[in-house]
Amino acid sequence: MSRKIDIMIVEPSDIIIEGLTSIFNNYNDINIIATLSDTEILHEKIISANPNIIIINPTLLNPLEKQKLNLLIQNRINTSLIALVYQYIESSSLHIFDNTIDIRAPKSSIVQTVRDCYSSQKGKISESYELSERETSVLILVAKGLSSKEIAENLHISVHTVNTHRKNITHKTGIKSVAGLAVYAMIHNLT
Amino acid sequence: MADLIVTNNSLILTLDRFGIPLGFGEKSVEDVCKQSNVSVNLFLMICNVYSFDNYIPDKQTITDTDLSQLIPYLLASHKYYMEKRLPHIENHLHDIADMVGEKYGKILLDFFSDYKNEFHKHFSYEEEIVFPYMQKLENGQRDNNYRIQKFVESHSNIEEALTDLTQIIYKYLPSSVMPDDSIELIFDILQLTSDLGKHSLIEDKILVPYVETLERRYK
Repeated sequence: MSRKIDIMIVEPSDIIIEGLTSIFNNYNDINIIATLSDTEILHEKIISANPNIIIINPTLLNPLEKQKLNLLIQNRINTSLIALVYQYIESSSLHIFDNTIDIRAPKSSIVQTVRDCYSSQKGKISESYELSERETSVLILVAKGLSSKEIAENLHISVHTVNTHRKNITHKTGIKSVAGLAVYAMIHNLT
Repeated sequence: MADLIVTNNSLILTLDRFGIPLGFGEKSVEDVCKQSNVSVNLFLMICNVYSFDNYIPDKQTITDTDLSQLIPYLLASHKYYMEKRLPHIENHLHDIADMVGEKYGKILLDFFSDYKNEFHKHFSYEEEIVFPYMQKLENGQRDNNYRIQKFVESHSNIEEALTDLTQIIYKYLPSSVMPDDSIELIFDILQLTSDLGKHSLIEDKILVPYVETLERRYK
């Protein structure tokens, strides 16, 4: 096994935190690096602890916080979000999460979800720093000022895929802002 | 005070914004602040935001501190960015634009002029809407048309595009630019970026919680 999966848990209930901790402690490849009971210092903690996976109770996030968290995570190619749900939650409110864990799920499936989430994440980073054809077409549309949703419609792919491409573009070019990407596109004669 | 500046050099930028003159000799932070009628607690709060990424002042400290100089401080920062740093960087960029040929030069200057507009909009919003709103609340006037939450939602990251500019300069510009010029400009931009980052942290960690406590009083 190469390296450990660093996990951060954001959950108000001590019982649940203790429970998850004791489950994960049985597995050498999983390492809990931080636990928070609310979202007050969530962003600071994510930046300083740099977790691979954040398991978070979605009821702690109001729509605005959700949006801000999404913005932060979008730029972090090695951080994924898993929602920890107690009961049925409408799927549209879970769109920012990469996966979900139901608290009634058996141990093995909880661990599997974490591992799957982590390995798909490693798969996202391609070795090359050259933009792929698909990424280039996404970049051109970003540079034109289109939103992820508009780009998805334009290229007939899902918003999620567009966001993955955007993460990769930022990862490869080091450029985050739309204005910066527009300059990149112009310098490379893409527009 | 001198020890403080030695420990974190960038704190020197905060002095002028508080109207604290240099030449303070061996005086303590408290004495220097008192001499310039600056709240020691506010000064230290800002030093903490500058120095520790994880620092968040607790609500009680914020309520107990005299924050009357917060807005003048923020305004002085805005003025420094708009009137000193941005023109300085722009001049530099013009020199570089002259060296890279018309195509690249135009791309760079257009990018920067768009950025300046964004920058201007960002600060005017704070100066025309957010600060007056806070002052109204301080004077005991309610304003039902605005909530600080709106500011939190729209408080965009204006440093990002600047960091991108440095990447563009050292990765993608043709090598006809003298390295000295590029490097100097990159340092200038990075310094501004980091100070802008601290500036928005001051707003997020001190201004916003303070206005929230003011708002709660009227609930």
